[in-house]
Amino acid sequence: MKNTVRIVRQFFLIDMIKGFALTFKMLFAKKFTILYPFESTPISPRFRGEHALRRYPNGEERCIACKLCEAICPAQAITIEAEPRIDGSRRTTRYDIDMVKCIYCGLCEEACPVDAIVEGPNMDFSAEDRKKLLYTKDILLANGDKLEPTLAERLKRDAPYR
Amino acid sequence: MSTVTTAAEKQILTATFSENVITPNRTEGEQPFTLNFGPQHPSAHGVLRLVLEMEGEVITKADPHIGLLHRGTEKLIENKTYIQALPYFDRMDYVSMMCQEHVWCLATEKLLGIEIPRRAQYIRVMFSELTRIANHLLWIGCHALDIGAMAVMLYSFKEREYLYDFSEEVSGARMHANYFRPGGVNRDLPEGLTHKITKWNDNFEKVVIPMLETLLDENRIWKQRTVGIGVVSPEEAQAWGFTGPMLRGSGIEWDLRKSQPYECYAELDFAIPVGQNGDCYDRYLCRMEEMKQSVSLIRQCVAKLEGELAGQPCKIQNFKISPPKRNDMKSSMEALIHHFKYYTEGFHVPAGEVYAAIEAPKGEMGVYLVSDDGPKPWRVKVRAPGYAHLQGLDFMSKGHLLADVTTLIGTTDVVFGDIDR
Repeated sequence: MKNTVRIVRQFFLIDMIKGFALTFKMLFAKKFTILYPFESTPISPRFRGEHALRRYPNGEERCIACKLCEAICPAQAITIEAEPRIDGSRRTTRYDIDMVKCIYCGLCEEACPVDAIVEGPNMDFSAEDRKKLLYTKDILLANGDKLEPTLAERLKRDAPYR
Repeated sequence: MSTVTTAAEKQILTATFSENVITPNRTEGEQPFTLNFGPQHPSAHGVLRLVLEMEGEVITKADPHIGLLHRGTEKLIENKTYIQALPYFDRMDYVSMMCQEHVWCLATEKLLGIEIPRRAQYIRVMFSELTRIANHLLWIGCHALDIGAMAVMLYSFKEREYLYDFSEEVSGARMHANYFRPGGVNRDLPEGLTHKITKWNDNFEKVVIPMLETLLDENRIWKQRTVGIGVVSPEEAQAWGFTGPMLRGSGIEWDLRKSQPYECYAELDFAIPVGQNGDCYDRYLCRMEEMKQSVSLIRQCVAKLEGELAGQPCKIQNFKISPPKRNDMKSSMEALIHHFKYYTEGFHVPAGEVYAAIEAPKGEMGVYLVSDDGPKPWRVKVRAPGYAHLQGLDFMSKGHLLADVTTLIGTTDVVFGDIDR
């Protein structure tokens, strides 16, 4: 009996008709795709994108050159050089991130004791020139200045979990 | 042990294609034709180079070449602390990321001799199962696409997008999560995530799995391409070291989640699907059933996480192996010292050697870890499931046609990230 059913189903192309009906139905389904550069999907406050160096509200840079991020970086993408500033505080003279080496694991952000280095929400920073992906302190600070309200908001929203 | 035999009912629908294995007739003095399949072939799944010896259209020998994606992960890890080594595991089998992290955490914890909080265990199991579904969705999409069914990929990849969103929400990265840590998980689940997962889970079970089954289960082309192709007998499967769905497709009931339960799997209720004939179609059925079991596992985990485990810590409260909370670190000197020690030197793991294995979506993923009481591992060896499956490609493809090689590559679910490491 089962065999007969199978033969009948095969003869009337039931398997094919079911499949085509499904794909045809999907023609009228709601579109899932978006127009990427103009639209983007929402991201969470934990998103790990392009790095940024933050400042305190009075304009003083947060980084104190403790080099925890340099130590934890699994890809050894961060290079820091530091010496005392004229006012006696310890600051970086060089803070480079090789964005080509970076694996975006987020450990630098976790390790930073003063919330200076963060991975921001920006994900489209591709460049045609490799040199443009060797980020210096100036670029990172500029990133921080540009995105500060967003960065502060993200850290605030995620603070209860950290 | 409960068993789901999905193959039994569905095989009845299977038409018989008896002559799948062809014996080539070679004329005296003729040379076999050598064909390079890959490494750029779109259906060679990454960087597989397969040197095929053929008699006309029939394969007599398949010689897989490996090493094109070798990154020296095992050696690199010898120079990394236990925390730094974790992101490297994401990049091994890059379609089942969190499962790889899981095995590294388990190995480290076994050697440290610690027990992680129950909430962390449930979070880990939930994300392992979500990852399993993500892996099987990629597998079904690519496998069907290789064979010629394009619609399946469109629907399965859409679902993967939701899974990536969950991964992003919890860890900050869509793929390379770096979320599980020795001693628990990095951060607790954000508010509302369990609700989203439940919603997706219900829809996936009710709508998406039946959709994929409608497209493939009975489809005559799918069956012509999979039934009776790459038959692996239970003996062969064991002899070649197959694990996971490759072993279960041949009818052997072996799943590390059941046979040597790790984390909280012993408390959860699920079944192991096994096949009957050991061909590509049975392995397909096994993986589909595994997805259904994962759906049920996720549901159980969510119930626990929302219920009795809500509000409990998600990482071990020993600050030698887990970083203190950020607020504490900023106000307490001792916590700050712990924080600095954790992120610079890491933690010392007692000398000894250990083997930890998990049931990754592809099979048994294991880490053999040797420590010399230092903050960095002395030696790490990874047992990748795909490696054993790849060597079976030769005997599986013998006597089949060239077009069947794509089916076989698909059914073994090879990913070169973990084979080459």
